[in-house]
Amino acid sequence: MSEVFNLEIISPEKTIMKSEVLQVSLPGFEGEMTILKDHISLITFLRPGIIEVEGNQTKEKFFAEGGTVEFKNNNLLILSSLILNLKDLRQDYTQKMIEQAKEDLSKSTFNDKEKYLLAYKIDTLEKLKV
Amino acid sequence: MPSLDDLRKRISSVKSTQKITKAMKMVAAAKLRKAQESAEKGRPFSRKMNDIILNLTTSMSNTDNAPKLLIGTGKDETHLCVIMTADRGLCGGFNSNVCKLAKVHFEKNLKENKNLKIITVGTKGFDQLKREYGKYIIEKITFKDKRQIGFVEAEVIGKKILDLFEKKEFDKCTLFFNQFKNVITQTPQAQQIIPAKKNGNSEKEEKQEQEFYEFEPDQDEILEDLLPKNISTQVYKAFLENAASEQGSRMTAMDNATRNAGDLVEKLTINYNRSRQASITKELIEIISGAESL
Repeated sequence: MSEVFNLEIISPEKTIMKSEVLQVSLPGFEGEMTILKDHISLITFLRPGIIEVEGNQTKEKFFAEGGTVEFKNNNLLILSSLILNLKDLRQDYTQKMIEQAKEDLSKSTFNDKEKYLLAYKIDTLEKLKV
Repeated sequence: MPSLDDLRKRISSVKSTQKITKAMKMVAAAKLRKAQESAEKGRPFSRKMNDIILNLTTSMSNTDNAPKLLIGTGKDETHLCVIMTADRGLCGGFNSNVCKLAKVHFEKNLKENKNLKIITVGTKGFDQLKREYGKYIIEKITFKDKRQIGFVEAEVIGKKILDLFEKKEFDKCTLFFNQFKNVITQTPQAQQIIPAKKNGNSEKEEKQEQEFYEFEPDQDEILEDLLPKNISTQVYKAFLENAASEQGSRMTAMDNATRNAGDLVEKLTINYNRSRQASITKELIEIISGAESL
């Protein structure tokens, strides 16, 4: 039991998840990372991707469009303005998001960083469809 | 002395007003519960966001090249005020309280010969401010046709503020809104969002030992990503607090109105009964004295 740490996932509207978990995998801005207990204090932000949460018996997956992560004293905090549990994600909504992202990508108003993020978003969502 | 008919008409009109205020109170109460819930649910996000920024800034070694959003432009000439009010009236002092607080702030700035720019969110604030400060209002935003205000709408406003800031249109930005305490008390608040103010954390900072964080990517980049988000978050928080306050304020106002109407009806009814009794007595006396004289 000592291998667990606290996880809080918060969106502007509500607290989405608050529980003790064993490990969390995040799509960090500079690459995938997995956080276990007693990780070093960390602040980072996310690119669009899948967050995998592994609890004692449970395993949950979330799609996050971005957000901020803080880990301190075995408390992991994920703040994201758009975060959805994959269970609640519907196919047509995914499709809509992909189309929107593609449309945005074709516009030239975005800089490289934003394009990079959008490309990741499309990638992740495409994978979800199958 | 109003005639019996007049009194009857007044009583019925007050009664129908009472019905309306009662219904409004009930609607507000139902909406309040929802608004209050979402305000409470939304609080952790903005609080934690603030915490992270605070942690970031305290562990920051040199503040010279910190983002402008955090430390300001170095000048203090133009103030941008964002006044958040409701789109609807009949909610007690809700709109006026915010405007009153804002006006005090305006006067202070004008006296110090500073430039003033105003953005009003919600139609009521614009109505109250346009007469005196119309020339300072650069934009009015309303989400009247939206049923539920979400994070997207807050982002719209946040973007506008950031755009203006990037164009160096202002140096300081303050948000005016009603903080929801409980159903009866809502306090109007002025919150400075640019430059991000560390509010009253000096003692906390001392207690807090220096935390060492690993940053990925580096600190500046995280701050650059986080600060604009924080603006939207604060706006969103203000929206939620405002929504709850509006309903709370309306509920209390309508509750009072209903009670007042009840009192008025009671008074009028007594009046009505008295004059009815008086006229009956008068008629009886006339009949009796007529009969006696025969």
